[in-house]
Amino acid sequence: MKLRSWFLLPAWLWMALLFAAPFLIIMAYSFLTRGVYGGVEHPWTAESYQRLVDPLYLEVFLRSFVMAVVATVLCLLFAFPAALFIARAPRHKNLYLQLVILPFWTSFLVRTYAWMFLLRDTGLINTALLKIGLIHAPLPLLYNDGAVLLGLVYGYLPFMVLPIYATLERLDPSLPEAAADLGARPLTTVFTVLVPLSRPGIIAGAVLVFIPCLGAYLTPDLLGGGRTVMVGNLVENQFTNARDWPFGSAVSILLMALVTLMLWLFLRRQSEQLV
Amino acid sequence: MKRWLAAYAVAFFAFLHLPLLTLAIFSFNSSRFTVWQHFSLTWYRAMFHDPQLVDAAWNSIVIALLATVISTVLGTFCAYALWKKNSRLLTGSLYLSLVTPEIVTGVSLLALFQWTFRWMHWHLGLYTVVLAHIAFSLAYVVIVVSARLRTVAPSLEEAAMDLGASEWQAFFYVMLPTLAPGIIAAALLVLTISFDDYVITSMVAGVNSETLPMVIYAMARRGASPVINAISALVTVVFGAVILMFERMRAI
Repeated sequence: MKLRSWFLLPAWLWMALLFAAPFLIIMAYSFLTRGVYGGVEHPWTAESYQRLVDPLYLEVFLRSFVMAVVATVLCLLFAFPAALFIARAPRHKNLYLQLVILPFWTSFLVRTYAWMFLLRDTGLINTALLKIGLIHAPLPLLYNDGAVLLGLVYGYLPFMVLPIYATLERLDPSLPEAAADLGARPLTTVFTVLVPLSRPGIIAGAVLVFIPCLGAYLTPDLLGGGRTVMVGNLVENQFTNARDWPFGSAVSILLMALVTLMLWLFLRRQSEQLV
Repeated sequence: MKRWLAAYAVAFFAFLHLPLLTLAIFSFNSSRFTVWQHFSLTWYRAMFHDPQLVDAAWNSIVIALLATVISTVLGTFCAYALWKKNSRLLTGSLYLSLVTPEIVTGVSLLALFQWTFRWMHWHLGLYTVVLAHIAFSLAYVVIVVSARLRTVAPSLEEAAMDLGASEWQAFFYVMLPTLAPGIIAAALLVLTISFDDYVITSMVAGVNSETLPMVIYAMARRGASPVINAISALVTVVFGAVILMFERMRAI
């Protein structure tokens, strides 16, 4: 056997056993009946999929979608000026990029906990505000949609900064100069020249932020405190507390379908641009 | 405009770094409340004297090392083979595994393990966690090593084979040393990803295989214990060092 075949063998095994097989199993489970003590039983049924159109669960999908869209838009708003700053910095570009990436690669769990430490009733922000007498009772900062959005934005901001920076960096510097020569004010140049020209980076960043936000579990779980349920929490709950594996599987399949669709649309667009 | 942008950049970097920085500062606070009293190492001492924490940290280290070694070796092989001749199906599924929501990976691996256990009387344990970690980290290794391979001229290997090296010799004596920085970078990356994972781990962990993120999660859920601040600060410093090494390796 050739070297290449030997080398590919483990990867194919990986794909078959740890990626394709688990997926096929939950696909099969989604068409089975819920077992009395968890797990699954016969007969085959499409009941789990019928339950997906229940307004209760549609709302969870809709809410996750809205949360992911808002988080993506906020990321874009925060990231664009930062990317512009780094791209225009005369020196220390690498240092600034490192400063963007570094917190991103530290523990996700620790970063999420850091916000709990800041936002909770006995947290730093409330303690400080109480101490200086600005408020008399702790503000409910944690365990709401706002806290979840903050966590999502904080978690995935670098995914937006880096691709926008990459397109801004490659732009011909004479373009904004030309706009300025023709009388455009700095902000006008940003919105009429830089933003449209950095569209590929913005779209790449939006996809990179939107996909993990849509399937987020840890952030809504810790910062939303169970009050804001997103699709990820619904899946987890079905496999643990609710012990309804078929329904949890059906939700997973739908979530995977949405993520794959997003990725496919994005990749197709990318390849069209290359042609 | 320039000044506004600079002012914004200061606020932006503060937003990125202040949460972890304040957490680290308060890990040295002697009080258990969020009011600064004086410098103390109480919470660091408490951390090392908590047997549950120490056990969990050991589990995490063992799992991360095993998963890193195995996925780095397999991922390097895979990246090399794909470099010689691409396979769209395999590359596609590697990318798909990257975008799969963690919770879906977690429950589907749980379903797989439980399904296998119907025939074999095994139970969830450390090894299921290691398998799961290999499953999600392989794609990262392939991507990092592939990036390195793109800088390598195919003529390098051809030259070795023209000079009489077999395919295996060319790989081990020429390609591996050339790829070493990329491979080390991939290993460092996987080390942090594996050590940090909570979502997938919590789904497939057995009774005696609690990991450090699982303990941190439980403590964060229960509420304020300054011990988490100390663990967090320590984890952040160690991760920071590993990631700086990773960046250094990629720059070689």
